[in-house]
Amino acid sequence: MFNPSKIVGVPVSRIDGPLKVSGKAPYAAEHYEPGMLHGAVVVSTIASGKIRSIDTSKAEAFPGVVKVYTHENRPSAAWWDSKWQDSVAPPGSPFRPLEKPQIQYDGQPVALVIAETYEAARDAASLVTVEYKAETPETNLLKVYPNSYEPKKKRSGIQPPPKPRGKPEEAFAGAAYRISAEYVMEGEHHNPMELFATTVFWENDKQLTVHDKTQGSQASRDYICNIFGLDPDDVVVKNAYVGGAFGQGLRPKHQLFLAVMASLDLKRSVKVEMSRQEMFALTWRPSSVQTVSLAADADGMLQSVMHHAVEATSRYEDYQETVVNWSGLAYKCDNAKLTYELAQVDMSTPGDMRAPGAATGVLALESAMDELASEIGMDPLELRVKNFIHFDQNDDKQLTSKALHSCYREGAAAFGWNQRSTAPRSMRDGHDLVGWGMATGFWEAGMAQAEAKVRYAIDGKVTVSAAATDIGTGTYTILAQLGAEAFDVPIESVHVAIADSTLPTTGVEGGSWTAASTGSAVQIAAEAVKATLLDMAQDMDASPLADATPEEVVIRDGRLVLDVNSQVGVALSDILASKQLSSVEEPGKAGPDMLQMRKFVSYTHSAVFVEVKIDEQLGVIRVTRVVSAIGAGRILNPKTARSQILGGIVMGIGMALHEEGMIDHRTGRIMNHNLAEYHVPVHADIPDLEVIFVEEHDDKASPIGVKGLGEIGIVGVASAVANAIYHATGTRFRHFPITIDKILESELKH
Amino acid sequence: MLQADAERMAIPIVITLNGRQEQLNVAPWVTLLDLLRGPMELPGTKKGCDHGQCGACTVLIDGQRVNSCLKLAVTLDGAEITTIEGLGQPGNLHPLQQAFVDHDAYQCGYCTPGQICSAAGLMSEGHAHSREEIRELMSGNLCRCGAYTNIADAIEQVMGQTSKDFKEAAE
Repeated sequence: MFNPSKIVGVPVSRIDGPLKVSGKAPYAAEHYEPGMLHGAVVVSTIASGKIRSIDTSKAEAFPGVVKVYTHENRPSAAWWDSKWQDSVAPPGSPFRPLEKPQIQYDGQPVALVIAETYEAARDAASLVTVEYKAETPETNLLKVYPNSYEPKKKRSGIQPPPKPRGKPEEAFAGAAYRISAEYVMEGEHHNPMELFATTVFWENDKQLTVHDKTQGSQASRDYICNIFGLDPDDVVVKNAYVGGAFGQGLRPKHQLFLAVMASLDLKRSVKVEMSRQEMFALTWRPSSVQTVSLAADADGMLQSVMHHAVEATSRYEDYQETVVNWSGLAYKCDNAKLTYELAQVDMSTPGDMRAPGAATGVLALESAMDELASEIGMDPLELRVKNFIHFDQNDDKQLTSKALHSCYREGAAAFGWNQRSTAPRSMRDGHDLVGWGMATGFWEAGMAQAEAKVRYAIDGKVTVSAAATDIGTGTYTILAQLGAEAFDVPIESVHVAIADSTLPTTGVEGGSWTAASTGSAVQIAAEAVKATLLDMAQDMDASPLADATPEEVVIRDGRLVLDVNSQVGVALSDILASKQLSSVEEPGKAGPDMLQMRKFVSYTHSAVFVEVKIDEQLGVIRVTRVVSAIGAGRILNPKTARSQILGGIVMGIGMALHEEGMIDHRTGRIMNHNLAEYHVPVHADIPDLEVIFVEEHDDKASPIGVKGLGEIGIVGVASAVANAIYHATGTRFRHFPITIDKILESELKH
Repeated sequence: MLQADAERMAIPIVITLNGRQEQLNVAPWVTLLDLLRGPMELPGTKKGCDHGQCGACTVLIDGQRVNSCLKLAVTLDGAEITTIEGLGQPGNLHPLQQAFVDHDAYQCGYCTPGQICSAAGLMSEGHAHSREEIRELMSGNLCRCGAYTNIADAIEQVMGQTSKDFKEAAE
C-alpha cells in the first residue's frame, strides 16, 4: 500500500519536543487575557454528612474578591442525571459540584471563590468557614467487602466476567497441586504532574473558548453543553498540551464545571486551577481484595482457575473495570470461575487508572501463578510456557496475534533467567538478598470510532487533523509520521492539528486505542486524497496514469507515479493546477470491524523480568534490573513507544513498592494527600530498564497493524516485583504496596 | 496587583529575569512561581504541588536551582533569575534542552522545564560524577510519566560533553 517505510517505524524525535523543553507548550492554565478572574475551591473537611451552615462573609469582604459560590447561591444547571453523565461515566448519579449541602467524600468542593487575582482567591478561600453535621464514614474496604454485590447495571464498554466453565470446584478439589491466596491492594492516585485546570475565555452569553486539562476535548465540550444548555457549535474546547493524565482526565472534573459556571454567571473570563490536595479526592484506582485459587496436575497443567475480586466504589456510582476476566484467558484451563463485585465506601467514585482492571487483576493472577510454581517446584517461566494458549477461552474466539512466546524467550535471554537458582533466599550480593521474579502481562488491543481529515497543498505541505489528544503518548508525532509517509514528504512538512473539539470526531484518549484508531483514520484519509489526486490526474489530457488504479499508484518525490515504474507519473502540483486548486482534502473514518470481531479478539502481551536487592538488616528494597518484552503489533515510533513502556514499568514499580492512599478510617479523610507523603518512584528508585519489542505481525488488530502501548507496560510489573521479593526473602507478601515496614516485620522472624 | 489594598502593600524590587532587568511592585504574599506564571506570563515554570515537593517549578536563582514555589518574590531584590525560557528557545536550544529532545527525556513535558533547570544547576554544582549520583541528586524532580532513565541519559550526555572529569569518572 505504502512505499517501504521511510519514516513510520523510525525512532524520530517528538515534533512537539522543542516547545516542551523550552516552556513554550501551553497547558490548560497557561492562557492569558487581561482582566481575567481566578478561582479557588474550598473543600470539605469531613467525608460524610451535611453542611449545617457556611459563612462566606469574610471571604466576600476580602480585597479583590468578586463572588463566592456555595450550594446556597449556585446558578442552576441541568436537572437530569443523564445530562451530567460524561462519555465514560459508570452507572449512577454523577457528582454535581455545589448542588446540595450533602457531603459524599473527603475533599468535596463546598465553595468557589472568584477574585481579581489568584492570591486573593486563594487567601479568601481560607476565610470561608463551614459548620458540618458529620456522620460516621466508612472508608475501609477490608471492613465492608463482606457486603459486596454484583453491580446490576453494567458499565458500558466493560465486559462482565464470563459464565463459569467446566467444573472448577471439583477440579480444584481433585488436583495434585493447589494454592489459594488473598491479595489486598490499597487505592492509588494518578498524580499527573500538571494540576487540573480550566481557562474559560468568555466571548458572549453563548460563546466560550475553553482550555481544559482533559483526555478528550469533545467529551468536555459535550459535558458543559449538556449541563449549561449551550450549543456545541458555540463552545470550543482545546487541550493542546496535557501534562499527564493516566486516566484521571477521562471524566470531566469539578474545575471545568466551576470555571464555566462562574464565567457564564459573571460574563467574564475565568481560570480555575486545582491544588494537588484537591486532586487526591478524585478518580483513584480502587482498593481491592482478591482471592485466587489455582490447581495443577502432576505435570503442571492447570486444572482449575478461580478468581474473585471485590473493588471499592462510591455510594453514588458503580465504577467497574475488567479485573478477573484476564484469569480466564491468560492460560489454557477448561475449568474456570470468575466473579467480580463491588463494595461501597464513603469516598469519591474511583476511575480508570493506567491499565484499569488489568493492573489489579493480573497482579493477583500472576502472583498466584508464582505461588503455584513454588508449590509444584517448577520454574515460574516454565509453568507459564507449559500452559500457553493461542485462543481466548472466555469468548471462544481466535486471537489476531500472540507473540508471547517470543516475549518469554527474548525477555528471558536478555535477563539471563536461566542463571536463576530456584530456591528462595538462595541468591545474595553482600548484605543484600537477591531475588528474580517474572510475570506475564495482558491488555486488550482495542479500536474506537475515529475520524480524521488529511489535506495536501500545492506547496507540498500536508495537514492532518482530528480531535485526538496527546497526553504525552506521542500522538502529534505518530500522526505526522503517517502523513509524511503517505505523501513522501519530510516530517517538517506535516502540520498536525489535534486537541480541538471542532476537529473531526474521535473518542477520549484512553485504553491504548488512539494510535490504532486515529492513526488508521489518518491513513484512510490519506488514501482518499491519493485516490482523488488520481481521479484528477486521469482528467488531464494524455494522462500517463489514464489506466492506473489507486492500488497501482504511489506518491514519490512530489509526483503521483506507478509503483512499478516511477518514470510514469504526474507532478502533484500539476494535478492541482489542472483543476485550479491550491489543495485537496479528504476525510477518513476508522473503527472496529464488527464482522471480524465475531471471530477474533485482540490483545497485547508482555513478559516482565525483575531483579530486586533487599538489605537484610534494613529491609530496604531496590529494584535493580527490569527487562520488559512486549508483543504489541506494529511499532510506529520505537522512541516514543519505548518511553510509553518505560513509564508503565515505573508506575508498576510504584504500585509494587510505594503507592497507597492512606486513609484515616476514623474520619474517612486521606492523610497523605501530597507528593511528599504519597510516594511515587523518583530518579533514585529507577535503574536502567530494558525494553524489547518482539516482532509481531497483525493484519486484523487495526488497519495499520498497531495494537496500542499505553497500558501494557504496567501490567504484570508489580507481580514480577512481588515474585522477586518472594524469591529473595522466602516470604510471600500479599498486601500491596510492599513497603519497608512489611519487609522488616517478616525479616525479624528469620 | 489589581486591587487597591494589594497596590498599597506592594513592594518595589528589581530583578534580572532571563537577562533583562525588571522593576516590579509585588505584594509580599506572592511567590516567585506565581509571579512568573501570572503577571510575567512566563508559564514555562510549572506548578505541580505548590509545596516544594515535586520540583516542577525549579528555576535558577543566581545560578542555583531553587523551587520557585517556596520563594517569596519580595525576597529576591537584586537577584538574577533564569527560567526555562531564558535557557534557550526553539531554533536555539540549550545543549540540555536538545539532549532532552534527542533522548525522549519526557512524555507529557510538564516536569521537563524543572528537570532541565535542575540539571543545569546540578552541573554547575559539580557534585555529580556518576550516573548514580545524577539519579540521587535529581531525585527532587518527580516525573510521573517515568522518563527517569532517559533523563539520566540526556544529562549524562551533556555532562560528558562539558566535563572531562565526569567522563573519566564515568569510565
